Amino acid sequence: MAEFKLPENSVIQKGKTYPAPEGATRIQEVEVYRWDPDSGENPRVDKYKIDLDSCGPMVLDAIIKIKNEIDPTLTFRRSCREGICGSCSMNINGKNTLACTKDIGDIEGPIKIYPLPHMPVVKDIVPDLTHFYAQYASIKPWIQSSTPPPSDRERLQSKEDRTKLDGLYECILCACCSTSCPSYWWNGDRYLGPAILLQAYRWLADSRDENAGERLDELEDPFKLYRCHTIMNCTETCPKGLNPAKAIAEIKKLLVERKIA
Amino acid sequence: MSLRSPLGEAKGLGSAKEGLHHWWAQRVTAIALIPLTIWFAFKVAVLSQSDYQTVLACIGSPWSAALIVSLIVAAFYHAALGMQVIFEDYIGHKAARVGAIMATNLLLFLLGAAAIIAVVRIALGG
Repeated sequence: MAEFKLPENSVIQKGKTYPAPEGATRIQEVEVYRWDPDSGENPRVDKYKIDLDSCGPMVLDAIIKIKNEIDPTLTFRRSCREGICGSCSMNINGKNTLACTKDIGDIEGPIKIYPLPHMPVVKDIVPDLTHFYAQYASIKPWIQSSTPPPSDRERLQSKEDRTKLDGLYECILCACCSTSCPSYWWNGDRYLGPAILLQAYRWLADSRDENAGERLDELEDPFKLYRCHTIMNCTETCPKGLNPAKAIAEIKKLLVERKIA
Repeated sequence: MSLRSPLGEAKGLGSAKEGLHHWWAQRVTAIALIPLTIWFAFKVAVLSQSDYQTVLACIGSPWSAALIVSLIVAAFYHAALGMQVIFEDYIGHKAARVGAIMATNLLLFLLGAAAIIAVVRIALGG
Protein backbone atom coordinates (compact mmCIF):
# COMPACT_ATOMS: atom_id res chain seq x y z
CA MET A 1 0.00 0.00 0.00
CA ALA A 2 1.39 3.36 -1.01
CA GLU A 3 2.20 5.55 1.98
CA PHE A 4 3.25 9.12 1.50
CA LYS A 5 3.32 10.24 5.14
CA LEU A 6 5.24 8.79 8.05
CA PRO A 7 3.11 7.31 10.82
CA GLU A 8 2.93 9.52 13.93
CA ASN A 9 5.41 7.41 15.92
CA SER A 10 7.93 7.37 13.05
CA VAL A 11 8.25 11.14 12.63
CA ILE A 12 11.90 12.03 13.11
CA GLN A 13 12.79 14.41 15.96
CA LYS A 14 15.86 16.54 16.48
CA GLY A 15 18.54 14.61 18.37
CA LYS A 16 21.72 15.29 20.29
CA THR A 17 24.81 16.99 18.92
CA TYR A 18 28.24 15.72 19.87
CA PRO A 19 30.98 18.38 19.41
CA ALA A 20 34.30 17.75 17.67
CA PRO A 21 37.21 16.74 19.89
CA GLU A 22 39.58 19.53 20.89
CA GLY A 23 42.39 20.19 18.46
CA ALA A 24 40.54 18.53 15.57
CA THR A 25 41.66 19.91 12.22
CA ARG A 26 39.59 18.11 9.61
CA ILE A 27 36.08 18.06 11.03
CA GLN A 28 33.35 16.00 9.38
CA GLU A 29 29.74 16.10 10.52
CA VAL A 30 27.90 12.77 10.55
CA GLU A 31 24.12 12.67 10.99
CA VAL A 32 22.75 9.29 12.07
CA TYR A 33 19.17 8.06 12.40
CA ARG A 34 18.63 6.74 15.93
CA TRP A 35 15.73 4.71 17.24
CA ASP A 36 15.56 2.58 20.33
CA PRO A 37 12.53 0.23 20.56
CA ASP A 38 12.80 0.11 24.35
CA SER A 39 12.64 3.87 24.93
CA GLY A 40 9.13 4.42 23.55
CA GLU A 41 10.38 7.64 21.96
CA ASN A 42 10.18 8.72 18.34
CA PRO A 43 13.26 8.29 16.16
CA ARG A 44 15.76 11.16 16.14
CA VAL A 45 18.81 12.25 14.18
CA ASP A 46 22.01 12.61 16.21
CA LYS A 47 24.89 14.74 14.93
CA TYR A 48 28.47 13.67 15.54
CA LYS A 49 31.50 15.76 14.66
CA ILE A 50 34.56 13.63 14.06
CA ASP A 51 38.17 14.32 13.12
CA LEU A 52 38.97 12.77 9.74
CA ASP A 53 42.69 12.87 10.52
CA SER A 54 42.17 9.99 12.94
CA CYS A 55 39.55 8.12 10.89
CA GLY A 56 39.70 5.51 8.13
CA PRO A 57 38.63 6.47 4.59
CA MET A 58 35.17 4.84 4.38
CA VAL A 59 31.81 5.74 5.89
CA LEU A 60 31.90 2.48 7.87
CA ASP A 61 35.18 3.62 9.44
CA ALA A 62 33.45 6.78 10.60
CA ILE A 63 30.54 4.81 12.10
CA ILE A 64 32.89 2.42 13.89
CA LYS A 65 34.88 5.41 15.18
CA ILE A 66 31.69 6.97 16.56
CA LYS A 67 30.73 3.73 18.31
CA ASN A 68 34.23 3.20 19.71
CA GLU A 69 35.03 6.73 20.80
CA ILE A 70 31.84 8.78 21.15
CA ASP A 71 28.63 6.80 21.55
CA PRO A 72 28.71 3.04 22.27
CA THR A 73 24.90 2.83 22.04
CA LEU A 74 24.98 3.30 18.25
CA THR A 75 23.78 0.03 16.68
CA PHE A 76 24.60 -1.19 13.17
CA ARG A 77 25.52 -4.34 11.26
CA ARG A 78 28.95 -4.88 9.79
CA SER A 79 31.25 -7.78 9.21
CA CYS A 80 33.72 -8.04 6.35
CA ARG A 81 34.39 -4.29 5.78
CA GLU A 82 35.27 -5.05 2.13
CA GLY A 83 31.99 -5.19 0.24
CA ILE A 84 31.44 -8.93 0.15
CA CYS A 85 29.20 -9.74 3.13
CA GLY A 86 26.44 -7.18 2.51
CA SER A 87 25.87 -6.49 6.21
CA CYS A 88 26.50 -2.74 6.31
CA SER A 89 23.94 -1.76 3.64
CA MET A 90 22.28 1.51 4.59
CA ASN A 91 21.02 4.76 3.10
CA ILE A 92 23.89 7.25 2.87
CA ASN A 93 23.08 10.75 1.63
CA GLY A 94 19.92 9.53 -0.03
CA LYS A 95 21.33 6.48 -1.75
CA ASN A 96 21.35 2.85 -0.60
CA THR A 97 24.89 1.51 -0.55
CA LEU A 98 27.47 -0.35 1.51
CA ALA A 99 29.05 1.84 4.18
CA CYS A 100 32.31 -0.09 3.86
CA THR A 101 32.83 0.76 0.17
CA LYS A 102 31.48 4.32 0.31
CA ASP A 103 34.38 6.78 0.35
CA ILE A 104 33.93 9.71 2.76
CA GLY A 105 35.84 11.84 0.25
CA ASP A 106 33.02 11.42 -2.30
CA ILE A 107 30.53 13.12 0.02
CA GLU A 108 30.16 16.88 0.17
CA GLY A 109 28.83 18.38 3.40
CA PRO A 110 27.50 16.29 6.25
CA ILE A 111 27.23 12.50 5.92
CA LYS A 112 23.58 11.55 6.41
CA ILE A 113 22.97 7.95 7.46
CA TYR A 114 19.54 6.28 7.59
CA PRO A 115 18.38 2.65 7.62
CA LEU A 116 17.38 1.00 4.33
CA PRO A 117 14.10 2.69 3.31
CA HIS A 118 10.63 1.35 4.07
CA MET A 119 11.75 -1.63 6.14
CA PRO A 120 10.80 -2.26 9.77
CA VAL A 121 13.62 -1.00 11.99
CA VAL A 122 15.06 -3.25 14.70
CA LYS A 123 17.24 -0.52 16.22
CA ASP A 124 19.04 2.55 14.82
CA ILE A 125 20.25 1.60 11.32
CA VAL A 126 19.50 -2.11 11.60
CA PRO A 127 16.51 -3.08 9.41
CA ASP A 128 14.45 -6.23 9.85
CA LEU A 129 15.20 -8.35 6.76
CA THR A 130 13.26 -11.45 7.87
CA HIS A 131 10.69 -11.21 5.06
CA PHE A 132 13.42 -10.46 2.49
CA TYR A 133 15.30 -13.64 3.45
CA ALA A 134 12.05 -15.67 3.49
CA GLN A 135 11.33 -14.46 -0.04
CA TYR A 136 14.82 -15.58 -1.01
CA ALA A 137 14.14 -19.03 0.45
CA SER A 138 10.82 -19.17 -1.43
CA ILE A 139 12.53 -19.18 -4.86
CA LYS A 140 14.53 -22.30 -3.90
CA PRO A 141 17.98 -20.85 -4.50
CA TRP A 142 19.80 -24.11 -5.12
CA ILE A 143 20.36 -26.47 -8.05
CA GLN A 144 17.34 -28.62 -8.76
CA SER A 145 18.11 -31.55 -10.98
CA SER A 146 16.60 -34.97 -11.59
CA THR A 147 19.78 -36.28 -13.17
CA PRO A 148 21.99 -37.62 -10.40
CA PRO A 149 25.44 -36.03 -10.21
CA PRO A 150 28.34 -38.04 -11.67
CA SER A 151 29.76 -40.33 -9.01
CA ASP A 152 33.37 -39.32 -9.54
CA ARG A 153 33.22 -35.57 -10.15
CA GLU A 154 31.15 -32.40 -9.88
CA ARG A 155 28.46 -31.47 -12.42
CA LEU A 156 30.25 -30.05 -15.43
CA GLN A 157 29.50 -26.73 -17.07
CA SER A 158 31.05 -25.32 -20.24
CA LYS A 159 33.02 -22.10 -19.99
CA GLU A 160 30.43 -20.47 -22.24
CA ASP A 161 27.57 -21.49 -19.94
CA ARG A 162 29.55 -20.37 -16.92
CA THR A 163 29.84 -16.83 -18.35
CA LYS A 164 26.03 -16.63 -18.32
CA LEU A 165 26.24 -16.41 -14.52
CA ASP A 166 28.51 -13.38 -14.60
CA GLY A 167 26.70 -10.31 -13.31
CA LEU A 168 24.40 -12.59 -11.30
CA TYR A 169 26.56 -14.67 -8.97
CA GLU A 170 28.20 -11.54 -7.54
CA CYS A 171 24.99 -10.50 -5.76
CA ILE A 172 25.59 -10.44 -2.00
CA LEU A 173 21.92 -9.97 -0.99
CA CYS A 174 22.58 -6.65 0.76
CA ALA A 175 18.99 -5.55 -0.11
CA CYS A 176 20.09 -2.11 -1.36
CA CYS A 177 18.20 -2.65 -4.63
CA SER A 178 14.98 -4.08 -3.23
CA THR A 179 14.65 -1.33 -0.62
CA SER A 180 15.24 1.36 -3.26
CA CYS A 181 12.33 0.08 -5.38
CA PRO A 182 8.97 1.89 -5.00
CA SER A 183 7.15 -1.25 -6.13
CA TYR A 184 8.84 -3.14 -3.29
CA TRP A 185 7.89 -0.35 -0.86
CA TRP A 186 4.21 -0.48 -1.79
CA ASN A 187 3.80 -4.23 -2.40
CA GLY A 188 6.82 -5.87 -0.78
CA ASP A 189 4.59 -8.38 0.99
CA ARG A 190 3.97 -10.09 -2.37
CA TYR A 191 6.40 -8.56 -4.90
CA LEU A 192 9.71 -10.43 -4.73
CA GLY A 193 11.78 -7.33 -5.50
CA PRO A 194 14.91 -6.92 -7.64
CA ALA A 195 17.39 -8.80 -5.43
CA ILE A 196 15.30 -11.96 -5.17
CA LEU A 197 14.32 -11.83 -8.86
CA LEU A 198 17.98 -11.46 -9.86
CA GLN A 199 18.70 -14.53 -7.73
CA ALA A 200 15.76 -16.35 -9.33
CA TYR A 201 17.22 -15.60 -12.76
CA ARG A 202 20.65 -16.75 -11.56
CA TRP A 203 19.17 -20.28 -11.26
CA LEU A 204 17.17 -20.02 -14.49
CA ALA A 205 20.43 -19.11 -16.27
CA ASP A 206 22.38 -22.01 -14.77
CA SER A 207 22.97 -24.75 -17.38
CA ARG A 208 23.12 -27.39 -14.63
CA ASP A 209 19.62 -26.66 -13.33
CA GLU A 210 16.74 -28.75 -14.73
CA ASN A 211 13.77 -27.02 -13.16
CA ALA A 212 13.34 -23.89 -15.29
CA GLY A 213 9.72 -24.73 -16.06
CA GLU A 214 8.63 -24.95 -12.46
CA ARG A 215 10.69 -21.90 -11.53
CA LEU A 216 8.90 -19.89 -14.25
CA ASP A 217 5.51 -21.26 -13.11
CA GLU A 218 6.24 -19.97 -9.62
CA LEU A 219 7.38 -16.55 -10.87
CA GLU A 220 4.56 -15.82 -13.32
CA ASP A 221 2.33 -13.77 -11.09
CA PRO A 222 1.00 -10.20 -11.27
CA PHE A 223 2.54 -9.44 -7.88
CA LYS A 224 5.59 -11.68 -7.50
CA LEU A 225 7.13 -10.62 -10.84
CA TYR A 226 5.07 -8.10 -12.79
CA ARG A 227 5.20 -5.32 -10.18
CA CYS A 228 8.52 -4.43 -11.85
CA HIS A 229 7.85 -1.38 -14.02
CA THR A 230 11.52 -0.86 -15.00
CA ILE A 231 11.92 2.10 -12.66
CA MET A 232 15.64 1.16 -12.59
CA ASN A 233 16.39 2.39 -9.05
CA CYS A 234 17.79 -1.10 -8.41
CA THR A 235 20.44 -0.86 -11.11
CA GLU A 236 21.21 2.76 -10.20
CA THR A 237 21.88 1.92 -6.55
CA CYS A 238 23.54 -1.55 -6.66
CA PRO A 239 26.87 -1.18 -4.79
CA LYS A 240 28.25 -4.16 -6.72
CA GLY A 241 27.48 -2.60 -10.10
CA LEU A 242 24.98 -5.32 -11.07
CA ASN A 243 21.85 -4.89 -13.17
CA PRO A 244 18.81 -6.47 -11.46
CA ALA A 245 16.44 -4.69 -13.87
CA LYS A 246 18.02 -6.56 -16.78
CA ALA A 247 17.75 -9.88 -14.93
CA ILE A 248 14.02 -9.23 -14.38
CA ALA A 249 13.64 -8.37 -18.08
CA GLU A 250 15.34 -11.68 -18.92
CA ILE A 251 12.76 -13.55 -16.79
CA LYS A 252 9.96 -11.76 -18.66
CA LYS A 253 11.63 -12.69 -21.95
CA LEU A 254 11.79 -16.36 -20.92
CA LEU A 255 8.05 -16.29 -20.16
CA VAL A 256 7.38 -14.79 -23.60
CA GLU A 257 9.65 -17.40 -25.18
CA ARG A 258 7.80 -20.19 -23.44
CA LYS A 259 4.30 -19.15 -24.49
CA ILE A 260 4.44 -16.77 -27.45
CA ALA A 261 7.73 -16.72 -29.33
CA MET B 1 1.08 -10.84 16.16
CA SER B 2 1.27 -13.64 13.64
CA LEU B 3 2.91 -16.89 14.67
CA ARG B 4 3.15 -17.99 11.06
CA SER B 5 6.63 -18.77 9.77
CA PRO B 6 8.31 -16.09 7.63
CA LEU B 7 8.52 -18.59 4.75
CA GLY B 8 4.79 -19.28 5.05
CA GLU B 9 4.13 -15.52 4.88
CA ALA B 10 6.44 -15.09 1.90
CA LYS B 11 4.92 -17.96 -0.08
CA GLY B 12 1.39 -16.82 0.73
CA LEU B 13 -1.19 -18.32 -1.61
CA GLY B 14 1.45 -19.17 -4.21
CA SER B 15 1.73 -18.05 -7.80
CA ALA B 16 -1.31 -17.07 -9.87
CA LYS B 17 0.51 -18.62 -12.87
CA GLU B 18 -0.63 -15.75 -15.06
CA GLY B 19 0.40 -12.18 -15.76
CA LEU B 20 2.26 -12.75 -19.02
CA HIS B 21 -0.86 -12.14 -21.11
CA HIS B 22 -1.58 -8.82 -19.38
CA TRP B 23 2.03 -7.67 -19.76
CA TRP B 24 2.22 -8.76 -23.41
CA ALA B 25 -1.14 -7.22 -24.37
CA GLN B 26 -0.11 -3.90 -22.81
CA ARG B 27 3.01 -3.80 -24.99
CA VAL B 28 1.27 -4.97 -28.18
CA THR B 29 -1.47 -2.32 -27.82
CA ALA B 30 1.19 0.32 -27.04
CA ILE B 31 3.02 -0.47 -30.28
CA ALA B 32 -0.23 -0.58 -32.27
CA LEU B 33 -1.21 2.82 -30.89
CA ILE B 34 1.90 4.55 -32.28
CA PRO B 35 0.92 4.39 -36.00
CA LEU B 36 -2.82 4.57 -35.26
CA THR B 37 -2.46 7.77 -33.19
CA ILE B 38 -0.18 9.41 -35.75
CA TRP B 39 -2.62 8.54 -38.55
CA PHE B 40 -5.59 9.83 -36.51
CA ALA B 41 -3.85 13.10 -35.58
CA PHE B 42 -2.90 13.60 -39.23
CA LYS B 43 -6.51 12.91 -40.28
CA VAL B 44 -7.94 15.37 -37.73
CA ALA B 45 -5.48 18.06 -38.86
CA VAL B 46 -6.42 17.56 -42.52
CA LEU B 47 -10.16 17.55 -41.78
CA SER B 48 -10.08 20.52 -39.40
CA GLN B 49 -10.92 22.95 -42.22
CA SER B 50 -13.50 20.72 -43.90
CA ASP B 51 -17.30 20.98 -43.67
CA TYR B 52 -19.52 18.53 -41.80
CA GLN B 53 -20.47 16.36 -44.80
CA THR B 54 -16.83 15.90 -45.86
CA VAL B 55 -15.83 14.81 -42.35
CA LEU B 56 -18.75 12.35 -42.18
CA ALA B 57 -17.84 10.89 -45.57
CA CYS B 58 -14.23 10.49 -44.53
CA ILE B 59 -15.03 8.76 -41.22
CA GLY B 60 -17.54 6.53 -42.99
CA SER B 61 -15.17 5.32 -45.70
CA PRO B 62 -14.37 1.61 -45.07
CA TRP B 63 -10.64 1.99 -44.37
CA SER B 64 -11.02 5.05 -42.15
CA ALA B 65 -13.84 3.44 -40.16
CA ALA B 66 -11.78 0.26 -39.71
CA LEU B 67 -8.73 2.22 -38.58
CA ILE B 68 -10.75 4.38 -36.16
CA VAL B 69 -12.42 1.31 -34.64
CA SER B 70 -8.96 -0.29 -34.29
CA LEU B 71 -7.71 2.86 -32.58
CA ILE B 72 -10.66 2.83 -30.19
CA VAL B 73 -10.21 -0.85 -29.30
CA ALA B 74 -6.44 -0.50 -28.80
CA ALA B 75 -6.72 2.74 -26.80
CA PHE B 76 -9.47 1.61 -24.44
CA TYR B 77 -7.97 -1.85 -23.94
CA HIS B 78 -4.57 -0.28 -23.26
CA ALA B 79 -6.16 2.19 -20.83
CA ALA B 80 -7.92 -0.62 -18.94
CA LEU B 81 -4.69 -2.64 -18.66
CA GLY B 82 -2.73 0.42 -17.52
CA MET B 83 -5.29 1.56 -14.95
CA GLN B 84 -5.36 -1.95 -13.49
CA VAL B 85 -1.59 -1.82 -12.95
CA ILE B 86 -1.85 1.58 -11.25
CA PHE B 87 -4.62 0.39 -8.92
CA GLU B 88 -2.67 -2.78 -8.07
CA ASP B 89 0.39 -0.65 -7.28
CA TYR B 90 -1.25 1.96 -5.11
CA ILE B 91 -4.44 0.56 -3.54
CA GLY B 92 -3.61 -1.85 -0.72
CA HIS B 93 -7.17 -2.49 0.45
CA LYS B 94 -8.28 -5.58 -1.48
CA ALA B 95 -11.98 -4.81 -1.86
CA ALA B 96 -11.22 -1.20 -2.85
CA ARG B 97 -8.65 -2.40 -5.38
CA VAL B 98 -10.92 -4.96 -7.03
CA GLY B 99 -13.81 -2.48 -6.96
CA ALA B 100 -11.74 0.25 -8.60
CA ILE B 101 -10.53 -2.13 -11.32
CA MET B 102 -14.06 -3.40 -12.04
CA ALA B 103 -15.57 0.10 -12.11
CA THR B 104 -12.83 1.35 -14.45
CA ASN B 105 -13.18 -1.62 -16.77
CA LEU B 106 -16.93 -1.12 -16.93
CA LEU B 107 -16.61 2.61 -17.62
CA LEU B 108 -13.92 2.12 -20.29
CA PHE B 109 -15.99 -0.64 -21.93
CA LEU B 110 -19.05 1.64 -22.06
CA LEU B 111 -17.08 4.54 -23.51
CA GLY B 112 -15.38 2.27 -26.04
CA ALA B 113 -18.66 0.66 -27.06
CA ALA B 114 -20.30 4.08 -27.48
CA ALA B 115 -17.40 5.30 -29.61
CA ILE B 116 -17.48 2.19 -31.83
CA ILE B 117 -21.26 2.39 -32.28
CA ALA B 118 -20.89 6.05 -33.33
CA VAL B 119 -18.33 5.15 -36.00
CA VAL B 120 -20.38 2.17 -37.21
CA ARG B 121 -23.51 4.32 -37.50
CA ILE B 122 -21.65 6.87 -39.60
CA ALA B 123 -20.09 4.10 -41.73
CA LEU B 124 -23.47 2.49 -42.35
CA GLY B 125 -25.00 5.86 -43.20
CA GLY B 126 -27.26 5.93 -40.11
